[in-house]
Amino acid sequence: MRRGRPENYAGWLSAIWPALMLCVFFVIPFSIMAAISFFHRIEGGFYEPGFEFANYARFFTLFFSRILVFSLSLSALAAVVCVALAFPFTYMLTRLRRRRQVVWLVFLLSVLSLSEVIIGFSWSMLLSRTAGISNLFVALGLMDKPASWTPGFPALMMGLCYLAFPYTVLMLYPPLSRLDPQLPEAARTLGASPLRTFFTVIVPAQRGAIVATLIMVFVFTLGAYLLPQLLGRPQHWTLSVMITDQVILQSNLPFAAAMAMFLMLVSLALVGLTYKVGGEGRRP
Amino acid sequence: MAELQLQGVGKKFDAVTAVEDVDLTIPDGKLVCLLGPSGCGKTTLIRIIAGLEEPTTGRLLLDGEDITALPAHRRNFGMVFQLLALFPHLSVGENIAYGLRIRGADRTAQDRRVEELLDLVQLPGLGSRHIAQLSGGQRQRVAIARALGLEPRLFLLDEPLSALDAKLREAMQVELRLLQQRLGITTIIVTHDQREAMTMSDLVVVMGDAQVQQAGSPLEIYRNPVNTFVADFIGSSNLLPVTVTGREQVDLAGHLLATPAIGPVIADVNPATLSIRPEDVHVLPQGAGGANRIPGRVTFIRDVGASVETHSDCGGLEVISVAAPKDRPPVAVGDEVMVELPAAACVVLPQ
Repeated sequence: MRRGRPENYAGWLSAIWPALMLCVFFVIPFSIMAAISFFHRIEGGFYEPGFEFANYARFFTLFFSRILVFSLSLSALAAVVCVALAFPFTYMLTRLRRRRQVVWLVFLLSVLSLSEVIIGFSWSMLLSRTAGISNLFVALGLMDKPASWTPGFPALMMGLCYLAFPYTVLMLYPPLSRLDPQLPEAARTLGASPLRTFFTVIVPAQRGAIVATLIMVFVFTLGAYLLPQLLGRPQHWTLSVMITDQVILQSNLPFAAAMAMFLMLVSLALVGLTYKVGGEGRRP
Repeated sequence: MAELQLQGVGKKFDAVTAVEDVDLTIPDGKLVCLLGPSGCGKTTLIRIIAGLEEPTTGRLLLDGEDITALPAHRRNFGMVFQLLALFPHLSVGENIAYGLRIRGADRTAQDRRVEELLDLVQLPGLGSRHIAQLSGGQRQRVAIARALGLEPRLFLLDEPLSALDAKLREAMQVELRLLQQRLGITTIIVTHDQREAMTMSDLVVVMGDAQVQQAGSPLEIYRNPVNTFVADFIGSSNLLPVTVTGREQVDLAGHLLATPAIGPVIADVNPATLSIRPEDVHVLPQGAGGANRIPGRVTFIRDVGASVETHSDCGGLEVISVAAPKDRPPVAVGDEVMVELPAAACVVLPQ
């Protein structure tokens, strides 16, 4: 960092405020959760203070390992799909005229106002057999009879991508709009077609932004706990769903806390790995 | 052999006309400068030539072949951009080899060509460096090497030296000119710096108001500007209001001056403008009689060492004279003097 230690009273004061906020809203709740994850659960009751690894031990079963692997793969796939869709979209968006860009951005921001619940129910309705878009396709003569597309893995993936897409675009927008428009032009004069220019210049030049966005979408979708229940089958339920289930229905707070801790550590490790591998090339 | 012809080329952005009806021939193997103030359309014109902008009207012929609709990536014109546009994710060598890589040249051929080009721009052995590790002048050379990588039919440079400091810019102008002459490649350079244009070009194309104002050799443009815009833009000029009174005579504030033959077109448009370069104007002590001399009074003397500039007030008109230190006129501020405007140096232009 460029800045060293604050040199005066005002400098210290301005450093104290974020530190205080971080402490109150992150460190304290996180410490409570970490502590609870080691507490002892009373069957049929709540929990009592203690220090045991039983909650973590329970975790290392095939059942939970499979859920963990599925959750991580689902989020990773959603991140890849989102970035693959949003990157070309955002690139084209930044090449539009300013006024049209604003219209698109306002539209995307308005999509953000929809909650996970609304998105989940809307898609489950749109993909259903009785009232869904397949009826429209039947009316247009594209299909013979209406089909049910939910619940299922494609429906879940679609819902997750729909949820994360605006964030992905908004995250890619600043670096892409800063991209020197002469870079693709230089590639053109050197004989690269527009498509090759996209893959040999624009994508590699934005490598850092792409990795950062992948990580963001991955972490973001990892926290989704309603969509898997609304659009997926029970085998598509993620660890976040299990955590919610343990907290709300089973009142097993210690086990839920242990799962949350574990999920966090694993995703943190993955994020670190992605950053190290993806960020190795020099970024501008 | 690569001769480029522009026929009636024009470009409109919505209601704004950026380039209007340009007819121009860029001769084979020559270096041509598109010179003009900012916003005159010169950058748009070179972008049209490169294929990055589609002309609204007119067509482009390369050796007689119509290339108006040919996309930029099939033209094989090397281009150096104003901000250089070096690929930040590639090393120096990879930047230079980019065009060859796109063409599918094999690795050894790429490496050999990169070495050749690095030698050409005097950066041997820097192939593995990163762009961020280079100085401004080195980046400039890499951009030039990259543009020349595919042995382009036409070499285009859009204000290539504007990012460099004055001293380096002067040195690069000479170097670029020598490089162009060695390769014999047809080259077009956009610049707003008339000194740069004079240094490098075989042909200067002065642009203003979206149009070509004059095209000619640097000296021709300097000596015989066709209008006041060119006279004013190229170097500095004394532009004085006159009335044409004869085939080879004008009236400047009541004094008759001899001039070279005035064309019939200009002779009809009165009042006209007399253009004369400051270095052609001589300031003489009062009483020195002779042809083409008008009385005046010295108002200011600027002595910058390498030259002496004398400002004289001749009946309300300011005439500036520049002389070498050894020819310094023996006058001081406030002196009544005679200002000589030699007939051969006078150019009469429509106002």
